Amino acid sequence: MLDRAATDTAKNEATRPVRFRGAGFVPASSRYGGWIALGLLIAIWQAAGSAGLVNALFLPTPSAIVRAIYQLAVSGALWQHVSASLLRIGVGWLLGTAAGIAVGFAIGLSRLARSVGITFISALFPIPKIALLPLLILWLGIGEEPKIATIALGVFFSTAISVYSGVDAVPRNLIRMAQSFNVPFATIVRKVIWPGALPAILAGFRITASVALLLVVSAEMIGAQYGIGAFVLQAGNLMQTDQLLAGVVILSVFGLAVGKVIGWLEMRLLHWR
Amino acid sequence: MDLIASHISHRFGDLAVLDDVSFTVGAGEVVAIVGPSGCGKSTLLSILGGLLQPTSGAPELRGAPPADSLNPLTFVFQDFALLPWATVEENVGFPLLHTQLSAAQRRALVEDALRRTGLTDFRQTYPKQLSGGMRQRVGISRALAVRPAILLMDEPLSALDSQTRELLMEDFIRLLADGGMGAVYVTHNLKEAVRLADRIVVLSRRPGRIREVVTVPMARATRGEAAAREKLLVLQNQIWSLIRNEAIDAEREVQHA
Repeated sequence: MLDRAATDTAKNEATRPVRFRGAGFVPASSRYGGWIALGLLIAIWQAAGSAGLVNALFLPTPSAIVRAIYQLAVSGALWQHVSASLLRIGVGWLLGTAAGIAVGFAIGLSRLARSVGITFISALFPIPKIALLPLLILWLGIGEEPKIATIALGVFFSTAISVYSGVDAVPRNLIRMAQSFNVPFATIVRKVIWPGALPAILAGFRITASVALLLVVSAEMIGAQYGIGAFVLQAGNLMQTDQLLAGVVILSVFGLAVGKVIGWLEMRLLHWR
Repeated sequence: MDLIASHISHRFGDLAVLDDVSFTVGAGEVVAIVGPSGCGKSTLLSILGGLLQPTSGAPELRGAPPADSLNPLTFVFQDFALLPWATVEENVGFPLLHTQLSAAQRRALVEDALRRTGLTDFRQTYPKQLSGGMRQRVGISRALAVRPAILLMDEPLSALDSQTRELLMEDFIRLLADGGMGAVYVTHNLKEAVRLADRIVVLSRRPGRIREVVTVPMARATRGEAAAREKLLVLQNQIWSLIRNEAIDAEREVQHA
């Protein structure tokens, strides 16, 4: 309805399309792209090794690493090392997570716990927990306890922080809604705050799983007979680089597996998102 | 049961929000609260429903609530406040979880509330799968499940588009028709106020004081008729003229950071 006359005079001119300018900025990842790239890298690596371009002492070929893993598995040594590490990670992670969730909820829900807890966590969180291992050995002896305690400590702080951030992030309007129906405190915690904080808690699990893996390897390198960390260190000392890399591959597989488990948990528990 | 605002004043720090507001909502009565933006309408409703402690004055109840009421003062929220991890059915049943009712009784209440809001076929649906209008129906259904004496509605339609608002307004009129349930209806939409309320409390600009209480002289059921619409429009314009200048001032005011 604006300037009808102007459009009318232009009516007889040729039309031209409006140029499309909305392309790009939507990167979609293809399903197999990553695997193909990985396969290609391994193939190049293998070829370079087989052709003698790379010294096998410094970088053994993928096939040599696979062979090393196979031999470890057959001899039973693989299971010995993996089970020792798994036990430490499992117990340490569970203890640290249980304590972290309890303290995180306390900080998220109580004024007293918040004022005390946040100060302590801010002061202690930045300490690299592996630095405490010698002290923990003095306190707890040279057995499994100090290693487990190191992992538990590392896991505890990250968990506590992600849990109280998660509790803080629960929409206040949902809590007010529950209060407006006279829902008691314990039910609000169970039915509103817990599920509301769960996404942050599960995201925290991803971080603490890698913290636990890092700490178990470090602790085993400092003082252990069995365990993937001890095995990798030993192989390095003996210049058995194929064994060393076999240990690294096992660690990487373990990390991937934990990631998958957490992904599955998220899918099951957070399907409503 | 009557709900009484008794000399309610409220401040947020230095900011006076409400100043000596008093009125009574009788049993089964629908009272709308209107006023310029920021006049403390929603604050007043939170105080009336016991979610906020006023600086002075108090909300009071007079008379016994209906015997079957599980939560006499029940909110319907602007943002619906639904649990995103719970299905429609679980959301509606949420306020019953902690009650003494048996599972069968709870189911019956939920069933009845779902039926009254037309949600029976959506019981297994999650909030994110629903449109805004349907989400607010879940909010209303949840409120109905606890058999309220007075609904406290905080701009329940303002997050919805105009067509959905119209449809939900019809739902409200139907639900409030038998007079068994009263309501305090906070809105900035004067059309909704004259359509639904028995009385309209007009608040001034912040700090909110009662400027006027307007009675709508018409039965709610007849307000949809053509003849009534004209009268309601006149009334709506009268209220608007009370608010307009203050609304302009309120809108131009620099926000306190």
